Amino acid sequence: MSAQLVAGIDMGSRTAKAVVLAADGAIVGRGIARMRPDFAGLARDALDQAIAAAGARSDDVAYVATTGMGRYNVPFRDIQVTDITAVARGASALFPATRSILDIGAQSTRAMRVLEGGRVKEFRTNDKCAAGAGGFAERAARYLEIKLEDLGALSNNADSPTVISSVCAVFAESEIINLVTAGQSVENIVRGIHDSLAQRGFQLLKRVGLEAEITFVGGMALQDGMVRALEAAVGQKVNVSERPDLCAAFGAALLARQRLAKQEEVAA
Amino acid sequence: MRYSVGVDVGSTQTKAVLLDADRRIVARSLVDTGAYLVRAAERAYEKALAEAGIVRGDVGYVIGTGYGRFKVAFGDDQVTEISCHAKGAWALFPNTRTVIDIGGQDTKAIKVSDRGEVLDFAMNDKCAAGSGRFLTNSAEALGMDVGAIGERSLEAKTPVRLSTVCTIFVETDILSYLAQGKKVEDILAGVHGAIGSRTVALVRRVGSEAEVTFTGGVSRNIGMVRSIEEKLDLRLNVSGDSHYTGALGAAIFAMERMQSGVEVLA
Repeated sequence: MSAQLVAGIDMGSRTAKAVVLAADGAIVGRGIARMRPDFAGLARDALDQAIAAAGARSDDVAYVATTGMGRYNVPFRDIQVTDITAVARGASALFPATRSILDIGAQSTRAMRVLEGGRVKEFRTNDKCAAGAGGFAERAARYLEIKLEDLGALSNNADSPTVISSVCAVFAESEIINLVTAGQSVENIVRGIHDSLAQRGFQLLKRVGLEAEITFVGGMALQDGMVRALEAAVGQKVNVSERPDLCAAFGAALLARQRLAKQEEVAA
Repeated sequence: MRYSVGVDVGSTQTKAVLLDADRRIVARSLVDTGAYLVRAAERAYEKALAEAGIVRGDVGYVIGTGYGRFKVAFGDDQVTEISCHAKGAWALFPNTRTVIDIGGQDTKAIKVSDRGEVLDFAMNDKCAAGSGRFLTNSAEALGMDVGAIGERSLEAKTPVRLSTVCTIFVETDILSYLAQGKKVEDILAGVHGAIGSRTVALVRRVGSEAEVTFTGGVSRNIGMVRSIEEKLDLRLNVSGDSHYTGALGAAIFAMERMQSGVEVLA
């Protein structure tokens, strides 16, 4: 291995994700570590996993870009970029015709409109309140005693989806408890949760201007039922990659690769 | 048939208070609400009866209150928690003119008359910002018991400023303060200060006429009491029964109905 690997680390509110790219831009390693107060150690864990998966050593990584809310807390970074920039870059690399992006993470929901090449034209985020973010689905899964990753499939089996009217994630929890008590099926409740998140996402997308193709990223896009709910809300198909949760880390890694190339150009 | 009972089914805990004909508290009980409200109400009622050493036949009238008041299956009637908190606070402190009630999911400021009737109120109806859950989630993020955080917050030297009042966002805010090496007591002072400010904003909407009585589960938290006192610049009434104020109010309404004799004949 040459010393030409680059890495992107996304320090999200629930997990840290790392993606390592080879010189040709191919993804050679991925890592993920659960949130804890030691941000530096957490970033290291995610990166080390990705490096190990790539069959490489720490020294092989020539450039590290961080993103996400904890991007400044990673002492070994070479540069940090905003989540918006990273996500836009990642989504556009995966689906070049992307013009609108919806990113639903654990605590944040963002809608972006991008130009060709992933330049951001406009964006909106839920910055005051967690309504519409994925943490709500995570808590609901805990209450319903089902695994987060099983939510997507359950939602697809709904026969008459319930309506979740609360926008506050905390209030919605009580609403869900009441629906369980009233004998509603888990499938219908889960679909109600997905529909409610999809509606919030759709509203945010409309505010930045919805334009095909739409790419859906973030941890919530891992849930098939969520993808379908969003497609129903926006009335068209949306692009979802194999690992939508790693899109920001991937985008950051692409930016790291670009910076490294520029550095070498200057040095040459 | 000498007793009345009030059952307050809250979002987090269910409380019951049992009164005798002289309106003295004979028994009180507390259970976690959980997902089955009917059962929670039932358990709180049975627990209060057992503590008083009486049976259901000895109780003349039961009133349900709180967000699950319609799930008090054995109740004779329901009264809103706003009315019950006003009545209960007035019974504990007859000079009460303003009630602050902070429960698991909601915060209310209530303006009351000299007879304990509701004149006006304001509450957080759109989001859980500033409610008891904000404290529970904060304690969880710090790995502490929620009963210990109030005391600890009072040790703060340089309180942090939280960037959010959202009950979900606060966890991340706390984690990033921990990552910066901030002291636990300073973070906690920030948490209590944030809820205090939010509460006082609600109180200003109805007016903060003395005396002000603090009720609901969060009134047991000394850090919250001090934070609100400081911001309102007055002493708050806090009773050992403050957590039971809603249930007490309901039990008083129930006793009034019994003693008026009208509905009890049936």
